[in-house]
Amino acid sequence: MKRALARLLPALLAAGAASAAWAQSRAAVPEQHRWLTFAVFTAIIALTMFVTYVAARRVRTPADFYTAGGGLSGLQNGWAIAGDYLSAASFLGVAGLISLWGYDGFMYSVGWLVAYISVLLVIAEPCRNIGKYTLSDLLAYRNDPKLARVFGALSVITVSTFYLVAQMVGGGMLVKTLIGIDYEISVVAVGSLMLAYVIFGGMVATTWVQIIKAVLLVAASLLMVVLVWRDYGFFGGFLDSVVGDARVQQRVAAILGDGAAGLAPAELGQRFLEPGLLFRSPLDQISLGVALVFGTAGLPHILMRFFTVPTARAARSSVVWAMAIIGGFYLLTLFLGLGAALKVGAPAIMDIDGGGNMAAPLLAQALGGGPESLLGNFMLAFVAAVAFATIVAVVAGLVLAAASAIAHDLYVGVVRDGQASTETQVRAARVATVAFGVVAIVLGIAAKGQNVAHLVALAFAVAASANFPCLFMTLFWRRCNTAGIVAGMLVGTLAAIGLVLVSPNMTYPKAVKAAAQQVLDEAPQRLRAIETALAAADFERVEQAKKERAALGRAVARARDELERYRHVDTSLVGLEAPLFELRNPGLLSLPLGFLALIVASLLYRDPRAEAMWDEVYVRQNTGALLASAARLQGGNGRSEKRF
Amino acid sequence: MGNCAIDWAAINADPRFRELHRRKSGFLGLLMIVSVGYYFLLPVGAAWFPELFRIRVAGAVNVGLLFALSEFVVAWGVAALYTRRANRDFDRLAEEIRGEIAGRMARGAVP
Repeated sequence: MKRALARLLPALLAAGAASAAWAQSRAAVPEQHRWLTFAVFTAIIALTMFVTYVAARRVRTPADFYTAGGGLSGLQNGWAIAGDYLSAASFLGVAGLISLWGYDGFMYSVGWLVAYISVLLVIAEPCRNIGKYTLSDLLAYRNDPKLARVFGALSVITVSTFYLVAQMVGGGMLVKTLIGIDYEISVVAVGSLMLAYVIFGGMVATTWVQIIKAVLLVAASLLMVVLVWRDYGFFGGFLDSVVGDARVQQRVAAILGDGAAGLAPAELGQRFLEPGLLFRSPLDQISLGVALVFGTAGLPHILMRFFTVPTARAARSSVVWAMAIIGGFYLLTLFLGLGAALKVGAPAIMDIDGGGNMAAPLLAQALGGGPESLLGNFMLAFVAAVAFATIVAVVAGLVLAAASAIAHDLYVGVVRDGQASTETQVRAARVATVAFGVVAIVLGIAAKGQNVAHLVALAFAVAASANFPCLFMTLFWRRCNTAGIVAGMLVGTLAAIGLVLVSPNMTYPKAVKAAAQQVLDEAPQRLRAIETALAAADFERVEQAKKERAALGRAVARARDELERYRHVDTSLVGLEAPLFELRNPGLLSLPLGFLALIVASLLYRDPRAEAMWDEVYVRQNTGALLASAARLQGGNGRSEKRF
Repeated sequence: MGNCAIDWAAINADPRFRELHRRKSGFLGLLMIVSVGYYFLLPVGAAWFPELFRIRVAGAVNVGLLFALSEFVVAWGVAALYTRRANRDFDRLAEEIRGEIAGRMARGAVP
């Protein structure tokens, strides 16, 4: 074994060194075309900055800052919701999943639209009818206002932080992969831009940034899909192209491994359009579905958007518009993903990013004429800039939600007992924004290189297990009370986080080391096979073998790295050698736990105020009676103000 | 609080509000169960009935693809159904009750 490794080393070192240098400068946009990317980025940033400048003059009261004055139309708010929701993960991630895994990737995208059914039916209108600025406003209505605000705010901050760190890390990686700017600089750039929008323009600027970004995102996707259709045919013909494509067939054969033996090429291609390539655990899929379908209705930055419209009817029409846009977009991702599988091919996609996140940008480049062409790089730059704007807009919405929890709920509601002048409230909101924004940037830099993929799932799981039961029950169950809210928030949050901490999402050094050792053990044999291929006469075969050698070099370097990093560590973050809980998504268990805790605690404890307020809450959430209208909110300290 | 003058319990017991409550909660509950249930048929079908999903309908198009696409149609259909019903019935009833509450406030607000 040792002798084999000694023989292997020089060869691998040469390949590894070359690939390391190459990996550092490796970016999707070639060096000579970077100026294009910067030009498109600058144009889009300038547009959003102009919007912020105009908005800044309109932000005077807390209602302006938190809810854009409450006077948006359903159509505007629908686009803004879509802008808030379609994160870089859904744009780049879902297209990538479909390009690499076919049907399973598309199946994954369906839940993101269905999630809006519960928002439409359960949350949007009651939210508008009895809330004001934050999720905790709804909880504080019947229950002990201070306790409800403290626990509601903590949950909002938890969910926002998880979601935000995932976006920051994803954004940093994205910019680095696309145009080769350092990770830290990208994170600071995303953070500073977002802070500029929120501090100066509040919800007015955030809304317009989200609208601009959503329009650009949908327009760019639509254009790419039309170009894909032009090349490969519309629905039926397009799918026939997918099935008949040699690279798709090779990809399926590579996934199936031994299982592909004896299958005709056309059968392999057809398997790409059938379930079973990616997902092995149906329960995990169902659990993720639970978190998506109920978690979306508990996401603070989405809930907050319903306070920006004047009536329940406008809230309803916002969700319907949002569903049309979001659903249309996810339909487009099917063609973006499959189009990338055809036009770019799985090997080229995975060469830049193993998770497939670069499928959509690479498709844009290929549709425009390839990596050498000006148009191709312009299109790539455009898609990259849209992805960047996407991250900034989502982060701005999250920071606004967290800042409202800190300033409106914790500071004004709890510390100042609801007594604060308009100026004080706006100042508190801005200070909270800066504080949380700086924390976000620091966390984003600290989390560099960490696996944050599970953080978005965790944000949805906490929202589904803590926020959703509390909102749902306080709106629809007479006996729900303060004790129930506190118990539901605590148990739901802790169950979701606790289950993830003992799940396969965490890193288990023993398994990592075993896998790394296996890579090292198999390397000599693989190298021999590659060397045989290098001696072949066929040019393409040799080129392929060179790529394989470079990839093997990287894999060996990574394996050594991992063995070294975990040399003295045998257990995960919480001291486990192997996962205790087999599901990656905790929703299936943590949501019922949240509901159960809420119900038991509510029944054990009597809260006369919560029961006395039931009639008022129920009538008002259904009718919108006494709704503090946009005009009244402008006044700042109206009668309804003192309740909080 | 200025709202104390209103007897919310009386409004909650008002026949018009009871009618709004009855119509709305039944309809919402039904739509919610149908649409969420339909959604979970997708992962369940893909995991436990893959042969069904593989049946070809025309060319490369199979049952699984059509079923996944039908999820979009059902989601949009539920949204359209609810919006139509709410715009037609629920908003009108809510408007009547708001008028009633405004009337009570005006009577109760005599100094």
